[in-house]
Amino acid sequence: MKDVELKMIERAKELLASGEVARVIGWKKGEFYFDPVPASFETVEELDSLVYNYFCGANLSKYLIEMSKKEGKTAVFLKPCDTYSFNQLVKEHRIKRENVYVIAVECLAKLDINKIKAQGVTGVTDVEVVDKQVKVTSLYGEVVLNKPDVVLEKCSVCQKTHQVKDEEIILHERPERDVNRFAQVAELEAMTEDECFAFWRNQLSKCIRCNACRNVCPACSCVKCVFDNPASGIAAKANDDKFEEQLFHIIRAFHVAGRCTDCGECSRVCPQNIPLHLLNRKFIKDIDSFYGEYQAGETAEGKTPLTEYTEGDTEPNDVFKGEAK
Amino acid sequence: MLKIAKERLNDLYAKIAESMGLFIPIKRAGEVNYAVWAEGKEVSLETLKTVKSPKNAFFPQTENMMKFKTEGKNLEVIDIRKDWSEEKSFVMFGVKACDYKAIEVLDKVFLAEPVDTYYQLRRKAGIIVTLACSRPEESCFCKAFGIDATSPLGDVTTWMDETYLYWQANTEKGEALTALVQDLFTEGGEEEVAAQKETTAAIIDKLPYSNLDLSRFKPENLNELFNASEWEEMSEACLGCGTCTFVCPTCQCFDIRDFKTNEGVLRYRCWDSCMYSDFTLMAHGNSRTTQMQRFRQRFMHKLVYYPSQNDGLYSCVGCGRCVNKCPQNLNIVKVIKTLGGKNND
Amino acid sequence: MINETLIPKIGVVTDIRKDTPDVKTFRVVGTDGKKLFQHMPGQCAMVSIPGVGECMFSITSSPTNEEYMEFSIKKCGCVTEVLHALEVGAQLTVRGPYGKNFPVEEDFKGKDLLFIAGGIGLAPLRSVINYVRHYRENYGKVVIVYGARSKDDLVDIDEIKNEWVNEPNTEVYLTIDRPQDGWDGHVGFVPAYVKELGLNPNMTAVLCGPPIMIKFTLAGLLELGFEKSRVYTTLELRMKCGVGKCGRCNVGDKFVCKDGPVFRMTELDELPDEY
Repeated sequence: MKDVELKMIERAKELLASGEVARVIGWKKGEFYFDPVPASFETVEELDSLVYNYFCGANLSKYLIEMSKKEGKTAVFLKPCDTYSFNQLVKEHRIKRENVYVIAVECLAKLDINKIKAQGVTGVTDVEVVDKQVKVTSLYGEVVLNKPDVVLEKCSVCQKTHQVKDEEIILHERPERDVNRFAQVAELEAMTEDECFAFWRNQLSKCIRCNACRNVCPACSCVKCVFDNPASGIAAKANDDKFEEQLFHIIRAFHVAGRCTDCGECSRVCPQNIPLHLLNRKFIKDIDSFYGEYQAGETAEGKTPLTEYTEGDTEPNDVFKGEAK
Repeated sequence: MLKIAKERLNDLYAKIAESMGLFIPIKRAGEVNYAVWAEGKEVSLETLKTVKSPKNAFFPQTENMMKFKTEGKNLEVIDIRKDWSEEKSFVMFGVKACDYKAIEVLDKVFLAEPVDTYYQLRRKAGIIVTLACSRPEESCFCKAFGIDATSPLGDVTTWMDETYLYWQANTEKGEALTALVQDLFTEGGEEEVAAQKETTAAIIDKLPYSNLDLSRFKPENLNELFNASEWEEMSEACLGCGTCTFVCPTCQCFDIRDFKTNEGVLRYRCWDSCMYSDFTLMAHGNSRTTQMQRFRQRFMHKLVYYPSQNDGLYSCVGCGRCVNKCPQNLNIVKVIKTLGGKNND
Repeated sequence: MINETLIPKIGVVTDIRKDTPDVKTFRVVGTDGKKLFQHMPGQCAMVSIPGVGECMFSITSSPTNEEYMEFSIKKCGCVTEVLHALEVGAQLTVRGPYGKNFPVEEDFKGKDLLFIAGGIGLAPLRSVINYVRHYRENYGKVVIVYGARSKDDLVDIDEIKNEWVNEPNTEVYLTIDRPQDGWDGHVGFVPAYVKELGLNPNMTAVLCGPPIMIKFTLAGLLELGFEKSRVYTTLELRMKCGVGKCGRCNVGDKFVCKDGPVFRMTELDELPDEY
C-alpha cells in the first residue's frame, strides 16, 4: 500500500504544481497508523503529510458537496465504493462534476480498528499488514490477526469496482472475492416478527442520537434535515423515547431508499456499533426483488426504480405485504 | 482493606441490588454501557471505557423536568419530582479515575449557585464505587491532567486483579455501603494493590499521550488561541455530529424543550451539542454559523474557557473516548498537539 | 417543593399595549396580583408559553415600579409570535431575574448619562431611564437619543413624549431613518445623529440596539472623545437556562446570561469576536 501512497502523493503534487487543480482531497497522517483524517491539501508541501493506508476507510465523496463549490478544480481520491456515492451525488446535482477531478485509487479492503480491539487487543500502537495477516503492536505485546476477520464490514462484502475515474492509480491485482452481501439480511428475514423486533430494539436502544450516521451519509445531503428544523414540528435531538429512536433510523432508511449505495459509512461511524447498514441493505434487497436488480450510483444519469413509473411496477399493496412480483 | 474473590462478585452485585439500584458496565448488543444490574446481565468491569460515560447517571441524556396543565386560562406548573425527599440511593460501580474526575468537573457547573437541584438530588443519592485502571490504552491521557488512574477517589475505591476485587471505603457513604456488604469480604490486599499501582503507573508513564504539553492553554492566551489560524484546518473534516460531545464525560451543554402530551405540556431537558448547527440559532441570527466556529467552541471551552471560570481546572479528563469514537479521527489530542505548547513534538 | 430556578412562576398578563406594528408591551403580575419578583435595571427574565418555548427578555419596566413588570417584545420568532397573539388575562410563565444589571448604584451615580437606543433596543434602556428618573437627584444631566426605522416603530412613544421630555435637566432627541409624512423631527441614522449632536464626551453612555447600530455609534462616540470604559451595552445570544449552565450563550469565557447581558465596551474588547 505504501507504493500506492507514494504514487498518489507524486500525482497530487503534479496536479497542484501545474495548476490543474486548486486542491486535493485525501487523507492526512494521524497520530498513529490507524487514525488518518480526511483533509484537503492546497500546497505541494502539505502533501508530504498525505497518507493512504489500510485505515483510509472514510468516504470522501460527501466533502465534495462543499469543495466543488469552491473556486478552481478539486482533485479527489476515491476508492471503488466511494465512486458510487460520488455518482449518486452528481446525479442529485449536489456535486458540480465539472469542478472535480477524480483519481480512482485501489482499495484492497480497509481495516476496522474496533474489530481489531474486539479481538482482545488493547492499547494498539501500530498495525502492519502483510498479505492476509495483520500484525498488531500494542502496549501489551504483539498479536497477529487474520485480515478477513478485521476488515470493515463494508469491505468484507465488497464487490464494487470504480464507476468513475478521470485517471486511476492501480498497482496491484484485485483479489477475487465471492461474497453475498445479503446474507445478514436473509438471517433477519428468517426471524419471526417478534425476534426481528427484539433484534432491532436491542440494537437501536443503544443509539445516543449523535447523528454521526446521518452526517456522514452521502445520501443524507439535505441542506436542512427535517430533524434539525424547528419548523418541521418533529425536530428532536433527544433520544427521549425508544419508539421515537427507532423511528429516526427507520425514517432515515426510508429517505435514502433507492439512493443508498451501500457505502457502509453509517455502520463504520456509529459509536455504539449499531449495524445500521442492514436497514439500508434490506431496502436494497427489496428493491432488487420488486423492481429488478439495481445498484444506486452505478451511473450519474438516468432514472431510478423509485423515481420512475412503469406499468409493470409492483403494486404498492404487494410491497406492503412483502409479495414481490 | 477488604477483598472478595472475583467469582463471588455476582453475590456482591445481588447484595447491593437488594436495597438499591446498581449501575454497572453491562454488555448489550455488543457494546458496554452503564445499566441497571439484574441477575443474568453480562457485567463487564474489564471494559476500560464504556461508550457513554457515567455522567448519564447524574445528568441523564433526557430528563423530564416539569409539567404544565392548562384549565381555561389557568396555567399550572407541576414539579414532577414528587418523591424527591425520599430519592433512593443508587450505586455507580466501576467508575474509572478519569470519569470520576469528570463528575467533579460537572459539579462545578451544576452545583454552582443557583444550584441545579435535578443534578444535586442525583449526586446526593449516588454512591460512587471507583475502579482503578490496570490496563490503560493508547488513547488514555488522564495523566496529562494530573489524574492518577491507579488510585481513583470516590466513596469506595476498588482494585481488581486476576483473582480478587479489593475494596476500600473513603467516605461516610462508602462506609455505609461497606457495612451492607461486609460479610462477603475478607481482610487483606494491601500488598497486591500496592504492586498493581506500581505496575500500572509504569505503563501510564509510557503511554503515547501521557505527557501532552498544555502550557499554552491559559486564560491570558484566550484571544491568541481563539484567533489561531490552525482551527480551519483542524476542523475541516468535522461532520458536525455530536459523537464527541455525547461520549464525553464532561460535556454538559443541554437543551430545554417542551413536548405536548395528552395530559398537558411536558418540559424536558436533553443533552445538546455545541457541534450542532442550531445550538446557537436565534430567531434573528446565529453567533456561530460555521463548523469551524462550533469546533473551536468545543475545544476552547474545555481547554480555556472552563479553566478560566474554574481556577484553572480543565474540563477534559483525558478519557480518550473522543479519540476512539470520532468518525473522522479528529479529537482533542490533535488540538492539544497543534496549539498546546512547544513540547508536543 | 425545592427551590429550583428552572421551574418558573406563573404570570398573568394584565395589559397589552401595541407600541409599533411589531412590538407589544406586556404587563405581567403573579397569580396573586402582585409583582413576581424584584430586579435591577438591565436584568432579564425567561418568559415562556408552555408547549411553544422559553426565551430571555429584558425587563422593560423599572424596578421602582412596585406593582408589575413589563416586557416590550418584538415579534420575530415562534415564541414571540404566540406572545403577540395573547390576550389580556392570558397566563404565561416567568423566571428570573437573570444577569448583571447596569451599575446604576455604583458607576452611574452622580454622572451625566447618555442613552442611545435603536428600535427595540429601547427595551432594556427604558428600565434604567425610568430608574434614573425615579432617583433623579442622584444623577446628573440625562441625554436620550432614540431612533427607529419610522415614526411608527418608536417604542412607547407616549411615555417619551409625555413624560421624558418634561423631566428636568433632560434632553430627548428622536430620529427616524427616512422622511415620513407627519414627522417633523430629525431624519437620519442614529450613529450620524449622535455625531451631529456633538455630545459632551464626559458623559457615561449606554448603547442598545442592533449590532450594526452599536458598531457605528460606538465609532462615532470614540471620535467625539468618549472613553470606552464609560460606554456600556447589552448583548443577546441564544439561551436555555439563564444561569450559566446550558452552555450556549458564551462569548469566550463569559456567559451573557450570567456575566452579562450588560458589558462595558472595554470588557467586550477583551472577548473574542463571536457575538
